[in-house]
Amino acid sequence: MDYVLNLILIIITAIFVNNVVLAQFLGICPFLGVSKKVDTASGMGMAVTAVLLVATIVTFCIQKYVLEAFGLEYLQTIAFILVIAALVQMIEIFLKKTMPALYQALGVFLPLITTNCCILGVAILVIQKDYDLLEGVIYAVGTGIGFLLAMVLFAGLREQLAMSRVPKAFEGTPIALVTASLLAMAFMGFSGVDGGLKLVFGL
Amino acid sequence: MNYFKIIVNGIVKENPTFVLLLGMCPTLGTTSSALNGMMMGLATMCVLIVSNFLISCVKKLVPDMVRIPSYIVIIASLVTILQMCIKAYAPDIDKSLGLFIPLIVVNCIILGRAESFAAKNNPIASIFDGIGIGLGFTLGLTVLGSVREILGTGSIFGVNIYSENYGMLLFVLAPGAFLALGYLIAIFNKLKKA
Amino acid sequence: MEKLKSSLTNMLMVLTAIAVIAGAALAMVNSVTAPQIEKINAENLAAGIKAVMGSDDIQVAPAEEIEGYTSYKVSDAQGNALGCAVTSSTNGFGGELKVLVGFDQEGNILGYTILQTAETPGLGAKADTWFQKDQKGDIIGKNPGKSNFTVSKDGGEVDAITASTITSRAFLLAIKNAYDNVIANPDAASGASAQVKDCKAEAGECCSDSTECDSINK
Repeated sequence: MDYVLNLILIIITAIFVNNVVLAQFLGICPFLGVSKKVDTASGMGMAVTAVLLVATIVTFCIQKYVLEAFGLEYLQTIAFILVIAALVQMIEIFLKKTMPALYQALGVFLPLITTNCCILGVAILVIQKDYDLLEGVIYAVGTGIGFLLAMVLFAGLREQLAMSRVPKAFEGTPIALVTASLLAMAFMGFSGVDGGLKLVFGL
Repeated sequence: MNYFKIIVNGIVKENPTFVLLLGMCPTLGTTSSALNGMMMGLATMCVLIVSNFLISCVKKLVPDMVRIPSYIVIIASLVTILQMCIKAYAPDIDKSLGLFIPLIVVNCIILGRAESFAAKNNPIASIFDGIGIGLGFTLGLTVLGSVREILGTGSIFGVNIYSENYGMLLFVLAPGAFLALGYLIAIFNKLKKA
Repeated sequence: MEKLKSSLTNMLMVLTAIAVIAGAALAMVNSVTAPQIEKINAENLAAGIKAVMGSDDIQVAPAEEIEGYTSYKVSDAQGNALGCAVTSSTNGFGGELKVLVGFDQEGNILGYTILQTAETPGLGAKADTWFQKDQKGDIIGKNPGKSNFTVSKDGGEVDAITASTITSRAFLLAIKNAYDNVIANPDAASGASAQVKDCKAEAGECCSDSTECDSINK
């Protein structure tokens, strides 16, 4: 039971408290780059969640059964990034062949994901935090949902922003950053929730 | 091409932080103090200079279709070497920058410069491009770090300027990073037009 | 020189060559830095233990694992037991907060040091000085088992770091856990006297080590 509660805690913490974009600053490039419209933002968010899930499982197995088994931990960065790059390619080909509709929706975002640092970041964090496979998967999904949430909220704000008049020097990225700051402030309201939940759950 | 021009280009015209808006994750994530920002900038610059040089040297030997994976392997090895050296000889830096050191691999600046400059120019020019862009990035991070440190804790590079009790803690926290960068870019835009 | 064509053999050769060179370079650097990293970690730990026990002239016994906490029994140069240093970690504001804390024979806190923190710089990261002797949140000399070892907001007697209650709670919890599980734990094989007193009360007899205590209790 404690284990299940722990998993719930991990996912809530990953989505709200330590939001990947707004608190940990991972995946800022797509957050600023493809957040002008809600539907592209949600597409990117879902693509990232899917890749995060697969990549975390694969990198976890590689770490445990290859790198640690042979004492090659120092190859971690290089192995992880290659695996992620290859995975993204494979997912792209797989989607194209089997699910053309989904590929239509997510396809354009996939190549961009390799250099999204939240994938590599989460893969490394799962190892650093010493999670087991299930915890790692839950953490990855939580992070993905957190990313999706931040993207959709931010895109909604930016859609409204496009219609308002902004001082010339602030046009484009500066005003987007100020908006992101307000969103991050809102998410700060969640800080400490994980500690409270821990008490409630009795962990 | 004039080497001096390449460096100035990297610092002003193609400043990665304020103009190209590349490498935003470390820019926001590590600039809670001026020193942290500068360290991150310097670490990135080291990797960028060496990766630019190496990639420019081997560009003829690498077939087009495996270009990206080859570059990634080169960059990832350099980052790992840097990470090991920092861990061994400067553990304090490792503590404060943490996860963002391995994440230099996916910093768009490094792969971006490899593709757009090193793959087209000779090794010496590539080194200078690395220095220029690296300095531009370091400068951007140091400025952002200084602003956040001054406003947030009342000191710069750890040296106290005014009482900490008047600091706006917000600037040290996550929202402050976005806010400070937004305003800095706006100021940069304004200055550029003037 | 012409650029190499993207034929299968060329691609395979180039990729293999790069991978081999990269692997070799990494292995070489690793062989140089790995011992250095270990040395630094060991030095940090030794320095940390000295700092939290408040004495330079000490002998440190090999690490013991007690209930998931790593504990080092410490005695002075003459071999008289001083107490023990325990590492403990909890979840702070930004991630794991890991502390090394020294207890004397009575279970009073001698000193502490932060081993690992992901707290907000300038805020929660202040924990490394805030709770030291003569600072605002002084915990040195307190006994987590006897005093109300929580922040004043929760009715305790320790002042929390300004604007960092979460970090302060996490920090105090880490020390309290270390105390409860290692120092005050009757099953743990540590020589702290908290359990000796318990034994006295229960068995009416004095004993100095916990295996004896256990046998008496049974």
